[in-house]
Amino acid sequence: MRAIRVIIRNIRDAFKSVFRNFSLSFASITCSAITLLLVAIALIISFNVNYLTKQYENELTIVAYLFHDTNEEQIKEYDALLKENKNIVEYKYKSKEDWKKECQDDSQILLNALDSLSYNPLLDSYTIKVDDIKNMKKVADYVGNSDYVESVDYNEGLVEKIAVIFDIVEKVSIILVIALLVVTAFLIGNTIKLTIFSRKTEIEIMRLVGTSNIVIKLPFLFEGFILGVLGSIIPIIIMIYGYLILYDRTNGYIYSNVIKMVKPFPFIFYASLFVLVLGALMGMISSIRAVRKYLKI
Amino acid sequence: MKFIELKNVYKVYQNGVTALVDTNLTIGKGEFVFIIGNSGSGKSSLVKLLYREERPTKGEVYVGGINVAKLRNSSVYKLRRKIGVVFQDFKLLPKLTVYENVAFGLESIGTKSDEIRTKVLKALEHVGLKDKVRAFPNQLSGGEQQRVCIARAIVNNPKVLICDEPTGDLDPGLSLEIVKLLETINKELKTTIIMATHDKQIVDKMKKRVIAIENGVVVYDQEKGKYYESDKSNN
Repeated sequence: MRAIRVIIRNIRDAFKSVFRNFSLSFASITCSAITLLLVAIALIISFNVNYLTKQYENELTIVAYLFHDTNEEQIKEYDALLKENKNIVEYKYKSKEDWKKECQDDSQILLNALDSLSYNPLLDSYTIKVDDIKNMKKVADYVGNSDYVESVDYNEGLVEKIAVIFDIVEKVSIILVIALLVVTAFLIGNTIKLTIFSRKTEIEIMRLVGTSNIVIKLPFLFEGFILGVLGSIIPIIIMIYGYLILYDRTNGYIYSNVIKMVKPFPFIFYASLFVLVLGALMGMISSIRAVRKYLKI
Repeated sequence: MKFIELKNVYKVYQNGVTALVDTNLTIGKGEFVFIIGNSGSGKSSLVKLLYREERPTKGEVYVGGINVAKLRNSSVYKLRRKIGVVFQDFKLLPKLTVYENVAFGLESIGTKSDEIRTKVLKALEHVGLKDKVRAFPNQLSGGEQQRVCIARAIVNNPKVLICDEPTGDLDPGLSLEIVKLLETINKELKTTIIMATHDKQIVDKMKKRVIAIENGVVVYDQEKGKYYESDKSNN
């Protein structure tokens, strides 16, 4: 019971202190809000990029077209060749007749044009799935390096380029966020430092009347915690509404169908929780630092 | 019955100043003791050792059976709960009322609110300030402020009350009033009282045990003693 009373009192004191030094608390809260907002944005980008690359990775396919005059024997030989490569997850043969049938479904005009010819001009092909985006080029070279292959088709460069760009965006935002986290931690630490100084007599009296060190230190930890949590509320609201609105407006797709966004639920709640926990941790860690440095008892 | 005991205590500060040299003292339970000496004589250091604001460089200090010298920083609070301390500069919180100032300590150690109320009102009654519970420190006279400070010190029924120049900022009339109050507390609550002072009049009037310190050495220790002035006796 005693411990509960002490904790309740400490929380009350911490709240009082936040409002007593309001201008300073406000600066800390604003700074952590900005930082956490950037964290939130970085988080959303990073999750979406991961989601996107996964999506693209599922579609990492190479199509190898075989020469028109390739016979069944040679196809079998080529099949064996594909089987040997460990980077190939899956491959599927599609004959020119299958292609023709697919065209038929797609367009009547095309079918008419094809029918007017005395032979099928389409080519037999292999659709090959690769295990990793990094191995695309290697596998494409491998499957193309055969006498039976007329041409190899894949989104040369595009997927890698997207991945590289997103990779850079991710790294830059991580560096930015870390830098801002450090600045905010210092600001919160400074607020706590000033609180410690302004409560010097109080601390002295508490020590004299036999308050244990941990109880003297607790309100400052709570204060840091409160500053961090208050700082995370605005970014969380902006993040939830911003993402929902963006998702709603775009129907989950940016640049027509190129970028598909992560579904808002439950993703946005996890992201909010992360921002909240990060804010609270940042506040507490910086106040622990300040207490260690400035509260000599 | 020994309550406070100093055994071969030395105190040398980091800057090289020697405050106490081979000090040996015993103070019994329920005693009222004056510690006198000029500024820099070491009396403040002695008092600070008792409530573990300072640690002795060498020797042992016992307060109520606790070896204060060996007490770790994290355990000092256990000692402080048995001790009340009164200062020259009161150390009251200006934004809190008299009641809140006295209750502050009890609150911070998690005492129940109805228990706080009973204890605070009782302590304020002892110092004669029951009608000023809602006043703020700046609305009180110096003497009254010091009484609030005493009320705060005795509110948790300490076994010993350590007063470091409690009358230093007060005029003679008020000073005597405060010391009389301390005497009452000593008699009624059986609290051991140790008071560091250099107020000759008070010491002479009270006829209590007097311990004089000069250059870190106890030079005079007498029951019902008078103010000890080495300079005058030399002249």
